[in-house]
Amino acid sequence: MSVTVDPGTDATGAIVPSVDVAPESQPVGWHHRHLLDVDGLSASDLDLVMRTADAMHEVLGRPIAKVPALRGRQVTILFYEASTRTRVSFEVAAKNLSADVVNIAAASSSVAKGESLVDTVKTVEALGAHMLVMRHSVSGAPYLAAEVFGGSVLNGGDGWHAHPTQALLDLYTMRERLGSVAGRKVVILGDLLHSRVVRSNIWTLTAAGADLWLCGPPTLVRGFEAWAGRGAAAGRRFQVTTNVDEALRDADVVMALRIQRERMASGLLPSMREYAARYGLTRDRLALARPDALVMHPGPMNEGVEIAPDVAAGVQSVITDQVTNGVAVRMALLYLLAGTHGTRGSSAT
Amino acid sequence: MSSRQIMTADEIRRATTRLSHEIMEKQAGTAGLMLIGIQRRGVPLAGRIAASIAATEGVDVPVGALDITFYRDDLSLVAEQPIVKGTELPSGIDGRTIVLVDDVLYTGRTIRAAMDALVDFGRPQAIRLAVLVDRGHRELPIRADHVGKNIPTSREEVVKVHLEEIDGVDSVEIERTLGDPEGDVSTREFAR
Repeated sequence: MSVTVDPGTDATGAIVPSVDVAPESQPVGWHHRHLLDVDGLSASDLDLVMRTADAMHEVLGRPIAKVPALRGRQVTILFYEASTRTRVSFEVAAKNLSADVVNIAAASSSVAKGESLVDTVKTVEALGAHMLVMRHSVSGAPYLAAEVFGGSVLNGGDGWHAHPTQALLDLYTMRERLGSVAGRKVVILGDLLHSRVVRSNIWTLTAAGADLWLCGPPTLVRGFEAWAGRGAAAGRRFQVTTNVDEALRDADVVMALRIQRERMASGLLPSMREYAARYGLTRDRLALARPDALVMHPGPMNEGVEIAPDVAAGVQSVITDQVTNGVAVRMALLYLLAGTHGTRGSSAT
Repeated sequence: MSSRQIMTADEIRRATTRLSHEIMEKQAGTAGLMLIGIQRRGVPLAGRIAASIAATEGVDVPVGALDITFYRDDLSLVAEQPIVKGTELPSGIDGRTIVLVDDVLYTGRTIRAAMDALVDFGRPQAIRLAVLVDRGHRELPIRADHVGKNIPTSREEVVKVHLEEIDGVDSVEIERTLGDPEGDVSTREFAR
């Protein structure tokens, strides 16, 4: 279908972005082409993601949980690191929006033959990808991909650096239960050092006004005190402590992070058992928090290490909500990002 | 840009009342009826029609809201994704007579999108269409069953419906937008 977009002369072809926006002074729309981290998102950006995710959440409850919003768009999922929930969550999200999904596991692709990241990204684009969801073990890899990719890049986790969609689904889950996180005490407990989840959550939770506390053993909170001293951004402070009782007292949300066994070889912890005894989220420790405090975990869990099985499965746990909300939030992000770059091939009917 | 009023608050009220009578007449009662307003201004209109039916028949007809954003055929053409306002249906739609309610009928593309959205929720017995204003210039084979007012327009004009629930005032106006690049956008009806 050919359309003359010349608003000055063709009144009927006025395909202006203000279709729904102008008359009611809506908040400004989405202007980020990529989602590499959440540090660049404003409070109104976060609000737009949350409201769009609400709409997606409603779609997930329909008899046919599928809408044609991304028909004709190709979403390529390129994962250089093992993942189940994030990869499948992105895949389900893209399919729910009627996008075409291509999955590439780096281990079974030309990457194993030594192809560079840049070449792989260019190949993916030449094969028709409009959006690239990427996970990489090297911090910053998605930024390199974004430099060479013509469409939008979504970071599905890079090294220790960032996991923006996880932070956004965490915020969504908290807001769903608490209404607002402003002034609420949110505790993130565990291996901060190796966690991209906490590094992204610092940005979103301080932007949303939460009273954020980070807690872990001294070897696993290294560097975070200095960051806390500076604040995430102007006026956005958070606390770091190694005292788990102080952290948990009167908390509204407790998020346990996975102890990454594969990264423990260097002797940062004496043993898993010692960690579980001193920092594991047990029923007794949880009793320090508010009685209705939410229990969260980004998964995958080591039950009995950072979180006790009865806590993970308890009434305060919203861990399975996080998984469902992850689909809604990723649908929202794919939808919003799809509007920020030119079209290659028309999906118009 | 000049603007002139084509429906006053009283005229909107009378048209809405007449629409409610027509809908009941056509359906021979209210059994199985459901009103679904299209976001945004179709939603308060559907509520008003339901209130009018309740006043005359003493029956509360279920009312829903439908957001058609994800079903638009121009998502790849707009520079920025439209903001989603949400869908809320009071119950399943299987076997019901659905009356879609919108403020302005123009190209028909919104209604096409609305019907696509509806059939994803189930299989209604029938889908009908009620609009406050029909301004012509259809681009699809779609017509309204119930029309508040037919208003002949040119494509260079914009029909603006203001409703108290959203805009603080009830009024329908026509604006001429010759040479205005922002023109031709009624509340939602999207051009090609």
